[in-house]
Amino acid sequence: MSDQEIKNEQERVLKFNILRFNPQVKGDTPVMKTYDVTEAPGMTIFIALNDIRENQEPSLQFDFICRAGICGSCGMVINGSPDLACRTLTSKFPDGEITLLPLPGFELIGDLSVNTGKFMRGMTERVEGWVHDDMAEHVDLDRLEERMDPDVADDIYELERCVECGCCISACATKRMREGFLGAVGFMRLARYYLDPRDKRTDSDYYELIGDDDGVFGCMTLLGCQDYCPKDLPHQTQIAFLRKKMALVK
Amino acid sequence: MKVIYTDSLVIGGGLAGLRIAIAAKQRGYDSIILSLMPAKRSHSAAAQGGMQASLGAGIKGEGDDEEIHFEDTVKGSDWGCDQDVARMFVNTAPKAIRQLTAWGVPWSRVNKGDRDVIINGKKVTITEKNEAHGLITSRDFGGTKKWRTCYTSDGTGHTMLYAMDNKAIELEIPVHERKEAIALIHEDGVCHGAVVRDLITGELIAYVARATTIATGGYGRLYSVTTNAVISEGIGNAIALETGVACLGNMEAVQFHPTAIVPVGILTTEGCRGDGGLLLDKDGYRFMPDYEPGKKELASRDVVSRRMTEHMRKGKGVSSRYGDHLWLDITLLGRKHIEKNLREVKEICEYFLGVDPVTDYIPVRPTQHYSMGGIRTKATGESPTLKGLFSAGEAACWDMHGFNRLGGNSVAETVVAGMIVGEYVADHCQNNSLNINTKLIEKFMDQETAKISTLLKRERGENPYELKKEMQQIMMDKVGIFRNETDLVQAVEELKVLHQRSKNVALRNKISSSNPELVEAIRVPKMIKLAQCVAYGAMLRKESRGAHAREDFPERNDRDWLKRTLTYWKDDNNDLPEVEYEALDVMKMEMPPGSRGYGVDQTIHHPDTEQRVAQMEEIKKENPGADRFELQRLFNPIEIPEKFRGKNERIGRGFK
Repeated sequence: MSDQEIKNEQERVLKFNILRFNPQVKGDTPVMKTYDVTEAPGMTIFIALNDIRENQEPSLQFDFICRAGICGSCGMVINGSPDLACRTLTSKFPDGEITLLPLPGFELIGDLSVNTGKFMRGMTERVEGWVHDDMAEHVDLDRLEERMDPDVADDIYELERCVECGCCISACATKRMREGFLGAVGFMRLARYYLDPRDKRTDSDYYELIGDDDGVFGCMTLLGCQDYCPKDLPHQTQIAFLRKKMALVK
Repeated sequence: MKVIYTDSLVIGGGLAGLRIAIAAKQRGYDSIILSLMPAKRSHSAAAQGGMQASLGAGIKGEGDDEEIHFEDTVKGSDWGCDQDVARMFVNTAPKAIRQLTAWGVPWSRVNKGDRDVIINGKKVTITEKNEAHGLITSRDFGGTKKWRTCYTSDGTGHTMLYAMDNKAIELEIPVHERKEAIALIHEDGVCHGAVVRDLITGELIAYVARATTIATGGYGRLYSVTTNAVISEGIGNAIALETGVACLGNMEAVQFHPTAIVPVGILTTEGCRGDGGLLLDKDGYRFMPDYEPGKKELASRDVVSRRMTEHMRKGKGVSSRYGDHLWLDITLLGRKHIEKNLREVKEICEYFLGVDPVTDYIPVRPTQHYSMGGIRTKATGESPTLKGLFSAGEAACWDMHGFNRLGGNSVAETVVAGMIVGEYVADHCQNNSLNINTKLIEKFMDQETAKISTLLKRERGENPYELKKEMQQIMMDKVGIFRNETDLVQAVEELKVLHQRSKNVALRNKISSSNPELVEAIRVPKMIKLAQCVAYGAMLRKESRGAHAREDFPERNDRDWLKRTLTYWKDDNNDLPEVEYEALDVMKMEMPPGSRGYGVDQTIHHPDTEQRVAQMEEIKKENPGADRFELQRLFNPIEIPEKFRGKNERIGRGFK
């Protein structure tokens, strides 16, 4: 990169349009506010939002934890698409205008911060997202562990890479129409345990959890989950797989 | 006044905190976990490379056992660790990993037959045994004699944390999210719980418990560039320090990881080098074998970080607008391996650097990574000075890491300490009833309420973000990888000034509910106190040990410094912590101090070392038929909770 290019890049002033609303403050109403930020090389939305908070708007609320695309805290709607803000480079936006909204489908805490934690805990409780094996607590920890086919272990990990960021829920049209719809994050969690030989649940156990319109039969197959999953998880094939399995029950 | 009662209060929802809550719950005690965010977002999730446990199933782990893991851990610590704890740890690690297997972690498994690996820059074919097929496999990591680091691709921490949190949910353990403990409630040397601020409503709540455990992770954010999550600010350590009763151990022991990306400091796992990646300089030259012909890129982390810094100081770094760096080359591992076993690394490179590590080098340099110091505890996990206060994981100085932690021993510590300390927490709940005067709760609640209202009322004063930046820069520039008297004296003086200034913070946003600036204003003065503990401890320790490298005192000095730094903050009006030392007893060591085998051995020996070596020889001679278990008991008998005392089975070896 030449010196001239570096100079130009540094001089760009970005425009951030951000939804501001604090439900904790009585009488507050949602409003879009604009903030100018001088772009720096390698700047991410994480860096830019912290800059705004420290220098312009100390009340601005947002969530980042790992800032490395691993923890799933920072899902937000970025120029119309749900994505992880921490790993989104500002250089991605040629016109320098970036509009940020909180993820829809979750309880709003304030500004860009939403309560994904409450939702995800509820999801895990609903699908009982853990190994169901009466023997698990009686395993002799001194002895060799249960063997597992290496390919099966790898396949389970593929489905366990979900970081519960909530982007699939925000991108889901079915969820918008049907409050109780489980959503892709829940299907992925179940698909992961379905594959896991340690989980002793049967197809009819799974049917009890997802065999209705709030479950896998409610999906309208618009597949926003597939399009917007920041971890590129195979939502489409897993939903189809679960649906096929559930259709064969009873 | 809102008061919530429970048996076991756990502050921090990462691997260590969750495991302790599970242990207490399984013994029939109510547990509540407090977390700044959903537990699954904890920094434990960022551990990529793996967990050490001497299962020895893979061919390159063959022959591994507790003794070798123990040796590696003690050597890695530069003999600064508590060997009782290191022993408890290595014996329990195989059980911890097997329990996590039953709870759902999809560990990568041994695949029988031939496979190509990269060792020392060359392709080598290794053959895994048929009988090991399907057992948990392991990879090579720095500072270890065997391939001992078990993993799930490079998402090990993620899969462990998800399995652990799901287990906690199965057991119906409540996690109170977006809650921050800002003070401990204590009286007459007993801890009774914490004053907690709700980060959404701003309400203060008293959580009162028989046992309180701090498992809030490390204090990496005292530095301006760190691999740590933004929440790793050490607040759990600080509230323990502020009791004036509990103390912190070895705060100056701070680890720098060799390979964080430049400039943002995000980690690329040690697995990159473990799997065969190389470090190259600006000429594309592999320099590590020149410095460390034995372990090369896989020397202990502190050693590699120092060698990299030395090499850059010789003008061999790659210059960039963010300062010098070196290259991490994993291109020789090939696309298939990278996309399967190092995919998080690949994603990070693509998103944050715009490079593809399959074809491009990764710009890296040593970056703050791990806090060996923390709340000093006994082997039971309880504070020696504040009864009822426990700590585990990175927040604690349980002290299995001494002055340098081995890669793969951190997530291992979280779950092993979680198991062991969890039992002692449950014992404590069993033996102690809740006995507290509500006046005491009120006193602590009033104190915190008053502090916050003073903050909100002050018209003019210091900006908390500015104070934090200045502190982080001082730590980075003067309390870093290489240290010296001049810099450290300056750092201590400058931090004293910041400490005074931090008593005069004023806010622009004066609301008491959800308010990020107020959160910062509560945290920053606490962080500055911790930074003072680190800098002051580093200034006083006139030797080099593990990650604490003094240019003016390059030798390890066992004669004068084989001791643990203990830091107290007894009077809130002081502008420096008080420091005491706790000697390590050579005569109890299973492994008396020796050479780590890096560079020239400049150790100044402890007078007891020779005597202990002779004594151990004597014990061996007197017990010619003793196996390794019997010898270990003769050398240094230790207590482990009964349920974890069994011998560990290994393939091809049974329980021997």
